[in-house]
This record gives sequence, structure tokens and C-alpha cells, in this order.
Amino acid sequence: MAALTTVRLTTPPVSWVVRPRLLAVSVALCCAGFLLFCLGMTVGDYPLSLGQVLAALVSEGSYYDQVVVYDWRMPRALVGLLVGIAFGMAGALFQTITRNPLASPDVIGISAGATTAVVAGIVLGFGAGIGTQTLGLAGGVGAALTIYLLAWRRGTTGYRIVLVGVGVAWMCTSATGYLLARAKLHEAQAVVGWMVGNLNDATWGRVVPLLVSMAVLVPIAVVLGGWLRTLSLGDDVAVGLGTPVQQARLVLLLSGVGLVAFGTAAAGPVAFVALSAPQIAKRLAGWPVPPLVTSGFAGAVIVLGGDLVARSILPGTQLPVGVVTGALGAPFLLWLLTRANRAGSGG
Amino acid sequence: MRGTRVRLLAVSLAVLLVLCVLSLAIGTRFVPPNDVLPALFGHGAGDIEALIWGVRLPRTLLALLVGAALGLAGAVMQALTRNPLGDPGLLGISAGAAFGIVVAVAALGVTSLYGYLGAAFVGAAIASAVVYVLGSAGRGGATPVKLALAGVAITALLTSLTSGLTLVYPEALNRYRFWAAGSLAGQDSGVVVRALPFLLVGIVLALAMAGALNSLSLGDDVAVALGRRVRLVRVQGVVAITLLTGVAVAVVGPIVFLGLVVPHVARAVTGPDQRWLMPFAMVLAPVLLLAADIVGRVIARPGETEVGIVVAFVGAPFFIALVRRRRLAEL
Repeated sequence: MAALTTVRLTTPPVSWVVRPRLLAVSVALCCAGFLLFCLGMTVGDYPLSLGQVLAALVSEGSYYDQVVVYDWRMPRALVGLLVGIAFGMAGALFQTITRNPLASPDVIGISAGATTAVVAGIVLGFGAGIGTQTLGLAGGVGAALTIYLLAWRRGTTGYRIVLVGVGVAWMCTSATGYLLARAKLHEAQAVVGWMVGNLNDATWGRVVPLLVSMAVLVPIAVVLGGWLRTLSLGDDVAVGLGTPVQQARLVLLLSGVGLVAFGTAAAGPVAFVALSAPQIAKRLAGWPVPPLVTSGFAGAVIVLGGDLVARSILPGTQLPVGVVTGALGAPFLLWLLTRANRAGSGG
Repeated sequence: MRGTRVRLLAVSLAVLLVLCVLSLAIGTRFVPPNDVLPALFGHGAGDIEALIWGVRLPRTLLALLVGAALGLAGAVMQALTRNPLGDPGLLGISAGAAFGIVVAVAALGVTSLYGYLGAAFVGAAIASAVVYVLGSAGRGGATPVKLALAGVAITALLTSLTSGLTLVYPEALNRYRFWAAGSLAGQDSGVVVRALPFLLVGIVLALAMAGALNSLSLGDDVAVALGRRVRLVRVQGVVAITLLTGVAVAVVGPIVFLGLVVPHVARAVTGPDQRWLMPFAMVLAPVLLLAADIVGRVIARPGETEVGIVVAFVGAPFFIALVRRRRLAEL
């Protein structure tokens, strides 16, 4: 079990539990995320130092620096930060609810639904009028609704949601493959560029819907996150502990779906973040289930770090961030796996 | 129970046989089933014989082999990882094959059919070996969760690299997207001959470990107590899966969904005993693949719809219905 320290005060008579390792890991990831957020804004055709960026952030420094930071670079950095948090938290929600480390939104069909909608829009030509963002959102939410309704049979179980989700994911993935094989080559390239996840088109127009949706969804998920611990023990135990299982699962799943759908709409299904961030956070913190908030910070570090690397390895080119998040997150997760904890359970 | 299972298996085999005949008969040019058998044994009209022997027979044989391979590999994978999401591509095999194809086109300039197939198979084998080594590093060896996560991580890594390469080399994207759609068309008998030895070894290895997988399903400790050499079983399983899936996805593309669905269907029919589950999976998977291939030839005449999309759109609703109807055995 995770290490914990109980703090007791006599006056006023309160006590609370501090978990040093979880706290330290969370703070470290949060700081790393903020550092990468700022570092990301130093890169570009008009180089800024870290000090100049920080000065501009607190409304000091030259007018030109502030324009560069606020108008040009902050949308990209913010989309990266928010998408990372959204995917990391959503991954933690899904993996805990379904009690399966493979159950990321990529696997259970939500990202696949968003992808199919966007690809259909590009290849069949109706996407230009509606916009990638709306299509992605509609596809993700549509897939999630389909999965939930199909998995409903006098209530749902995590197991059924996962398996139905896999079926829906495969239908969407093969439809994407079908459309891709019939697209013109340049359309196919545009599709692949979107499918791996991309921060290149970030604007304030993309930040705002994401920010608003997360301002609603993140507090819901965090406040109700206590149910995650009981749900992770299995439905029977959770009922015994007084958790309203069906309602808890519905609300937590809905907030996870919302996070994924809005995140995907803003940046595409950035590869591997939702799957790896919770596992990395869980292993770093030595925690029995993926810790919700810490997973969000880990996601932000992966996306922002990935974007920084993507723009640094081939200066001048716009390598999509998703190409790097997979290449970056995978070795790290593997390294964590190889030094698995006690009993080598690694799970 | 035993009698029921035998009868069900016999019915499945009969369905498979009917589908084989239909697969030989149906296509752009319809050959009446009465003419199929004579043509097969060299007594038919010349052009029909050429059509059956040159195109339809290799395609049908390929569907049988690839289907059986994917079904069997899926059964082994789900038993080995104890994860209901264990599709045969979980060890990074599909992603390795995709990466092999893209590298072959982008870096080596390969243009021949056998070149692609070889590159895909080599990529799949390397990916799977790397996953096994990484998944068994550290204390505790290759536990199911570590294997699965290592597979997912390598898949993500290779998929990222594949996307990166296809964005830079349009030619590689072109080849990759037609492979990824998943099709049985355009293969010749040479492919069957080359694939056969690998698949046979894989099938024998997989079938031979049915009893060991039954013990393993009780947990590693119990399996050891029952006298199983757990590590050896895992290595054998990974080798079998690699051979079966590597060849299958190299030839027809990443239709690993087949290997995910069919073991679930087989488990619903026959229960969790691997000694029955494996033969059922081996028969039911080609049934689904052949049926999907035949449907794909018919629905978009005069063109063809790739078998990959038909499998998903036939198999997924069936799978979802199955998940809804009964409480599937949790692994």
C-alpha cells in the first residue's frame, strides 16, 4: 500500500492524512508541466529567453514580447497543457472504472469515433463547412453514447462497456481505413496528420471551448473521484461500501467522455497519452489505482514535452506532436515496467 | 456436453465447407457450384479451371489459413495475458508489420509483393521479440499485465514512427493505406506456399499448449504447483502467436479484430476449456473471414469491398449482441 502519514492537531481538533510520495510526485509533475509550458513559448522564429517569457506572462517586458507570447504562442501551449490534462485524467477515469489498464479512450472507441467523423468530413468533402472541431466533438460524443446505450442492460458493468467499446472502435477504425484507401493521396496525408494529434493549428478559438468545458468537467471528476477508489474494488464491494454504482459510473464516464471529446476536437487523438499518463503516474506515485489529478499532470508533461521535442528535432518543420508522444511515452512506460514494484506484479 | 461440442464442431465444419464452395463460385464471374468440383479436379472448361485454380483457390485457401491462424492466436493471447481485450496484435505484431512495410518502401525502395510480405513479417517478429524481452525484464518475469502494457507501449512507439514516416514519404503512405484496409485480393498461390510452413509450426505449437494454458488460467502459482513450467509456456505462446499473427497480418493486413472476437464467441459456445476452445476458434474464424470476403465481393459490384471493413461491420454487431446477451466469462 501507499505510504501515508497521519497528521493530528489537538487545537483545533482535526486530523488528516498526508501521502508524501503521491504529494511529491504530483507537485514535481505540476512544476515540470509549468516549466515545459513556458519553455514551449520560447521556441519559434522569434526566439525568447525563459526570463522574457516569464516577464511577459506577468505583463512586464517589451510590448512586442507580450504580443508574441499572448497572441502567437500561448494558444499552442495552452491547448497542449489542457489536452494533456484532459487525456491524462480521462485515461485514469476509464482505466479505474473498467479496471483494465488497456481501457484507454483510444481502445474503447471514443477517439476512433472522433477520427472517423473527421476523416469522413475530409474525404467525403462535407467537413470544410462544419469544421474539424465540431466534427471531432460530434464523432466522439456519438461513439460514447452508442457504446453506453449498447452496453446498457439493466445497468452497465465496466466489463461490458469495454467490450462493446472495442466492437465500436473496430467498426470506426475499419471505416477510417476504408475511407483512407479511397481518398486522394493529399487528402490521406491531411488525415494522417490530424490522426496522430497535432498542435500546429492551435488558436484562441480552439482554446476557449476546451477551457470552458474543462472548467466544468475537471471539478466534477475531482469531487466525485472518491468513488473511483470504491469502484476499483469491484461492483459488489462498491455497493457494500455505499457507492451508488450505476450513477457514479455514469457521471464519471460522462465526464471522461467529455474530456476526451473536447480534447480530441482541439488537437486530434494525441497518441498514447490517455493510456500511458495514468500508468506512469500510478507507478511513479506507487499508488494502487491511477491517481486522477496526478495523471492529468503527467498527461500535460507528456504532451508539452512531446511538442517541444517535435519542434526541436527537425527545426523549421511542423512534426505533429502525436508522433513524439508515442515515441517518448512508450520507452518511459517500458522503463517503469521493467522496475516493477514488490512481487513484480507491475500491475 | 461432450456430444454437444462434437456436434457443434461438426456443424461449424460443414458451414465452413459450404462457404469454401461458395467462395470458389462467387465473384465478378459467377461459376455455378455444379461446375466448381469438376474444375477443381481438372474436368471443367479451360477458362473456368484457370479462374478457379489461378485466383479463387489461392484466395480461399489463404482465407482458411489466415482465419484459422488469427482465431487460434487470439485464443492463446487471451489466455496468456488473461485479458479479454487481448487481440493477436497486442504484442506489437500489427504495428511491427506496418512499420516493416513503411520502412521497406520509404528506406529500402521495395516494390515487389514478396518484398512487402517479408518486410511485414520481419517487422512483426522483431516487435514481438522486443515486447517479450521488455515485458519479462524486472522482477516477476513476464506477468500478463506487464506483457500487455509492454505490447501497447511498443505498438504506440511503432505507430508513431510509422505515422512520422508516412507523413514524410507519400509513397509509403500509399502502400500502407492499402495494406491497412485489409484485403484478400491480389494474392497468388506462391503466397500460400510460402506462408504454409510458418503457419503449420505455429498451429502445432499453439495446440500443444492447450493443457498448459488451462493450468495457467488458474494463476501462475497454481500452474507452477501443477507442474507447469510457466516461463516455458509463455515463450512457447509468444512464438506461436508471432508465427500465426505475423504471417496473417503480413498477408491480409491488420484484421486482428477477428482474433479478438472469435475466441469470445467460441468461449460462449464451448466454455473456457482451451482444448475445445482452440479447435472452435480455428473453425469459426475462417467461417467469419470467408463469409465477410464473399459478402465484400458481392455488395459493391463491379468493385470489391475490402474484407477488413466487412469483418468489422459483420463481426462487431454480432460481438456486441453476444456481449449484451450473456455474461461473458471474465478472464
